[in-house]
Amino acid sequence: MRRLKVFKSLLIDSLDVITHGSRKYHLWMGFLTFVMLVGMYCYSIQLDQGLSVTGMTDRVSWGLYISNFTFLVGVAAAAVMLVMPTYVLKDIDFKQAVLIGEGLAVAALIMCLAFVVADMGGPSVLWHMIPGIGVFNFPNSMLTWDVIVLNGYLFLNISIPYYILFRHYQGKDANPKIYVPGALISVFWAVSIHLVTAFLYQGLQARPFWNNALLGPRFLASAFAAGPALIILVLAIIRNYTAFKVENKTIGKLAMIVTVAAQINLIMLVSELFKEFYAPTHHSESAYYLFFGLHGKNALLPWIWTSIPLNVLATVLLTFGKFRNNFKVLYFCCFILFVAIWIEKGFGLIVPGFIPGPYGKIAEYTPTGVEIGVTMGIWALGAFVFTILAKTAIKIETGKLRYKKKDSQ
Amino acid sequence: MSENNTKWFSLNLSNSKPKQQASTCGCGNTSGGCGGHQNEIRSSAIGDERHKDGFEQVFDVQMDRRTAFKKLTASLLIGAGAVTTSCSVVADEKSKEKAQIDWEEQFKGNYKLMSDEEKKATVDRLVRSYELRTNKTISMTSENAQENVLFGYAFNISKCQGYMDCVSACVEENNQDRNSEMQYIRIHEMKDGQGLKFDEADDNYYHEVPAEGHFYLGTQCFHCDNPPCVDVCPVQATWREEDGLVVIDYDWCVGCRYCMAACPYDGRRFNWSKPEVPEDEVNKNQHYLGNRMRKKGVMEKCTFCVQRSRKGQNPACVDACPTGARIFGNLLDPNSTIRWVLENKKVFRLKEDLGTEPKFWYFMD
Repeated sequence: MRRLKVFKSLLIDSLDVITHGSRKYHLWMGFLTFVMLVGMYCYSIQLDQGLSVTGMTDRVSWGLYISNFTFLVGVAAAAVMLVMPTYVLKDIDFKQAVLIGEGLAVAALIMCLAFVVADMGGPSVLWHMIPGIGVFNFPNSMLTWDVIVLNGYLFLNISIPYYILFRHYQGKDANPKIYVPGALISVFWAVSIHLVTAFLYQGLQARPFWNNALLGPRFLASAFAAGPALIILVLAIIRNYTAFKVENKTIGKLAMIVTVAAQINLIMLVSELFKEFYAPTHHSESAYYLFFGLHGKNALLPWIWTSIPLNVLATVLLTFGKFRNNFKVLYFCCFILFVAIWIEKGFGLIVPGFIPGPYGKIAEYTPTGVEIGVTMGIWALGAFVFTILAKTAIKIETGKLRYKKKDSQ
Repeated sequence: MSENNTKWFSLNLSNSKPKQQASTCGCGNTSGGCGGHQNEIRSSAIGDERHKDGFEQVFDVQMDRRTAFKKLTASLLIGAGAVTTSCSVVADEKSKEKAQIDWEEQFKGNYKLMSDEEKKATVDRLVRSYELRTNKTISMTSENAQENVLFGYAFNISKCQGYMDCVSACVEENNQDRNSEMQYIRIHEMKDGQGLKFDEADDNYYHEVPAEGHFYLGTQCFHCDNPPCVDVCPVQATWREEDGLVVIDYDWCVGCRYCMAACPYDGRRFNWSKPEVPEDEVNKNQHYLGNRMRKKGVMEKCTFCVQRSRKGQNPACVDACPTGARIFGNLLDPNSTIRWVLENKKVFRLKEDLGTEPKFWYFMD
């Protein structure tokens, strides 16, 4: 009973927290709400007219939505980079940042689910996928595995921070015996969400561009570069705008993780390029299309040739401790690395899988305005969710939000 | 009237409940043939409506709603979207029967797992629904696969001249969307002397055929014995039937298009918008798994014309081919033409290295 009371009070208090803030905060939230509304309007057009309002066709049947989904799974998985050392290795440096990381994971997962739903032809019959009521084709379909791991990871990333914050809210310490096992599971789980998402593509013999044993490991490497890079950027913003203390050491360690992951990612990229271009076979055509264009069709060239130099530049800069420890350079590197991997793991990965088609037909894909609108709306939704989560968490962690504190004042 | 309804079977007529309260279902889930008593329902229903001069029908409880409400209870917990769809239908103050059919259709199960009675019930509902909407009667069956039948197909590359009569016949037979010009069959025009170079072939030609120095090869769904598309479907909305046909339950498909990505043969098509067929061109001889009208946002594909093949006929493409390049039959019948072709010709299949075991062979004279 008491818990319910505390929970109610927490809800009311956090509602209070998220509706009050500086002018900048209100502008930010207003902006996000506006983008979300535009996204919802675009989605209503899509619901009304069907997916024909997107750039997708029978030839390229997955596009911007699934690209963003794939990338964001990686961002979500990256929370583990903070969870592991903090809870398991008892590294105190990350303790402050870990709640932020998990909040980021929650926001990314919500975006993932939103992108999948946006991509569905029949969102009104999605209940067909619910085990027990519908038919859940487990274990045959990798998509069902993905549903399980994504929702499981979402649950873990909500429950662990919730428990900790709930305790702190009451002015009590969180009991490690309760949250450490959960944290341990989420470490394995994070690897699995990205690996399973990679298997979604990797398991298709119809698409040689994806049917490649390196796809899964490369997903992991790029995720563990892009995810912590985003966390660094977010921490930098939080450090600037709130009273939340993030030590330099924490960011330094995260930068180390980003660097190693980016290096491994680059090695794998070289390995992939070697395989595709040293002895090109019929199966290398998608890679040719992506990097050089095929038969005059070259829509992806500007994207991939933005991504690769940014990726290399960021990795090289980060490799040198002198640059990495300079926070201005670090933030710049993190930003360009994030963009590079978004392109590479987004439509640099999904679209070429369909081009050329099963019989060599080359039909290009360009997202439409409606599609871009929905995509931006979902990103705004993610940012919105994260802002709310982070603001509440920070208030609790800095001791400003406490149960019954208001009554005593 | 109900253009914004997401279902294809938007009903334009308002009808009162059917008179047959003794029957087990709103559309007549009786064991008798539906054709006869449906006419009766329609005429009386329309009469009723006019008599009442409005939509004040009584929401009569019929037996089959048990299933519907069982599912409703479950779905209320999860399917906000689904509930909204159904609710909006009710809110439209359309006839109760229409609402009930839509409701039951929204929450029915997967066709693959239905008993024969349930299959018949849904077919009857769909027929009734079409009747309410257009005032026209269609015939739809839910025939199951016959024993000792395994369908196979052979394509004679020497004979095909690229006339594309098969494509037109297929579109007409299978009620494909006319706006997007969806076609299950693709005819690839290839250059003589270069072998099967699909990447240099043209599958979208507009000129007189046969073009000098070219030969033609058709592809469609190969109805693989080991179909990659079936494994990947998260809801088992597509499966391989006992007679080898790979089919889709259009009402169970959630539209994720994973099967499309998994198909190595470009055999699947998606309804990007609401499919439309002019009323007078609709083929009214339908099968639940075959050429019945689809809705927006679901997959579809060649079914070897299940509505014909299970009645012992050839698929429309086979009958339409003017050169006799297409051969269809029962692989388990030792006297069938397809067996003769397989035993006497040098046959091959496409992308055999993928292990999909297509039941579609190519050969040359």
